[in-house]
Amino acid sequence: MRATELAEAVRSGERSATEVLDEYLERIEKRNAELNAFVHLDEDRARARAAAIDETVAAGQDPGPLAGVPVALKDNMCRAGEPTTCGSRILGDWRPPFDATVTSRLSAAGAVIVGKTNMDEFAMGSSTENSAYGPTRNPHDISRVPGGSSGGSAASVAADLVPLALGSDTGGSIRQPAAFCGVVGVKPTYGAVSRYGLVAFASSLDQIGPLAANVADSALCLDVIAGHDPLDSTSVPDHFVPVSPAVDAGVEGMRIGFVSQLGSGSDGVGGIDPEIDAAAKRAATALEEAGATVGEASIPASVYGLSAYYLIAPAEASSNLARYDGVRYGARVDAKTTAEMMVATRTAGFGDEVKRRIMLGTYALSAGYYDAYYDKAQRVRTLMAREFASAYESFDVLISPTAPTAAFKLGERTADPMTMYVNDVCTIPANLTGDPAMSVPFGNNSAGLPIGVQVIAPALGEFDMFRVAGAIEEALR
Amino acid sequence: MQLMSERITRDEVAHVADLARLALSSDELDRFTTQLSDVLEHAADVEALDLSDVEPMAHPLPLVNVLRPDAIVRSVDRDAVLAEAPDVEEDQFRVPTILGDQP
Repeated sequence: MRATELAEAVRSGERSATEVLDEYLERIEKRNAELNAFVHLDEDRARARAAAIDETVAAGQDPGPLAGVPVALKDNMCRAGEPTTCGSRILGDWRPPFDATVTSRLSAAGAVIVGKTNMDEFAMGSSTENSAYGPTRNPHDISRVPGGSSGGSAASVAADLVPLALGSDTGGSIRQPAAFCGVVGVKPTYGAVSRYGLVAFASSLDQIGPLAANVADSALCLDVIAGHDPLDSTSVPDHFVPVSPAVDAGVEGMRIGFVSQLGSGSDGVGGIDPEIDAAAKRAATALEEAGATVGEASIPASVYGLSAYYLIAPAEASSNLARYDGVRYGARVDAKTTAEMMVATRTAGFGDEVKRRIMLGTYALSAGYYDAYYDKAQRVRTLMAREFASAYESFDVLISPTAPTAAFKLGERTADPMTMYVNDVCTIPANLTGDPAMSVPFGNNSAGLPIGVQVIAPALGEFDMFRVAGAIEEALR
Repeated sequence: MQLMSERITRDEVAHVADLARLALSSDELDRFTTQLSDVLEHAADVEALDLSDVEPMAHPLPLVNVLRPDAIVRSVDRDAVLAEAPDVEEDQFRVPTILGDQP
């Protein structure tokens, strides 16, 4: 059942939150051992919460727009008193003493948080194979990855273990797993959703957003979590325009550009599966039939996105992850001196991918290489933002494939980091510019695996983005 | 011939690991040197661009010096924070010896 319908049924007293929760917990019980989507369940708290919502309804009050809707959090978002591992060993059994802003906003809206989902360690990965708690599997084919790093959230929604989940997206970590699992995944404008209580990976790129089974549910969730938060200094102060009314608004008269470099053409980023390119172009045609005009948009700097990202994100990560030193929280490996203790703790606590990125970032920031790598990558970022700004003069919204391929097999890309990194080639540009972007399912490939189409809009252009996403979804009906 | 693996040397990887407080085995050093070289090789396209007339972007938002009103508000409880620390003494984080031998 859709989250929007569930909330309505609970608000009207037609269904109880407790009964809804039981139904979902039963499904989790049945399927989680196989999928490994959840790393932690908060059953007792969820039951207490559902009972409290039922009491609110019985007392004639409104529990809020997400009344009784079970929601999962990616395990890099804090909920007071519950484990928050980030898919890493280094946080040990650390339990945050505070709620992330998204956690408190979901709760205030009546949602029932059921637990935490699996992820690549510190959100570094595109397959959820870098988790210290084992890989998550794709519900469409358990020999394949769900994508990453929000693979647990995407798989849990795809298998209907929860109707809604939150993910975080630094280079595509919401959108790519959404595409792989056949669900909707939204990366809002940078700063549109508070990052307070989200464990930092790359602070100038990270953004929280919803994963849902359909566009309307993702809109409902985004409307709840978006908005200014004084606890996050990068929070956008502007009023967030609710996107739920956009879903059915249609695309009559809109100008939509297909980003040519993110297709399978020869001037592009390369490696885009022609079947996926064709699906994205079919989506463009469907939008044209729905009343939009469609043209070709050009973002030549897209081809440098991957390189820029894999310098900037590791650089910021190397700084952010310096805090895991065994002093204030998380695991500690004892040693004779503090310096030795820090080395022992970090060496035992971090997995290989995290170590690679910390070293890459440390190197890119070091004297003698800063100008050649980090500074250059930041200039590419500006170049890309300029090209997007120029594309937005001709187009309201841009579209492209979400990921270059459909879901691949477990273990297929773990040996060579570059083969994993190219997964993010279509999603990275929107992180570098800060623009909102989302993935909408658009059919399956010849092997029966889901394909996602990406919609990108100018900063704070979520309303138009959801108009297009709604129309793409509608075209498949 | 310039080998791809020379984009970053084994010694440089060892130095960077040391700066990042990571201990690597000899095998790991070999593997990470090759892998980091591959990534830096890919980044050579960015390194080769002339972008002297383009400003660097540190952050996507035009926000600077974000301050809240200077008012006292409730913060996270100190005891709750200390309860999650690996070692605590007299309301402070306790660490092993920093200089010289144990006192």
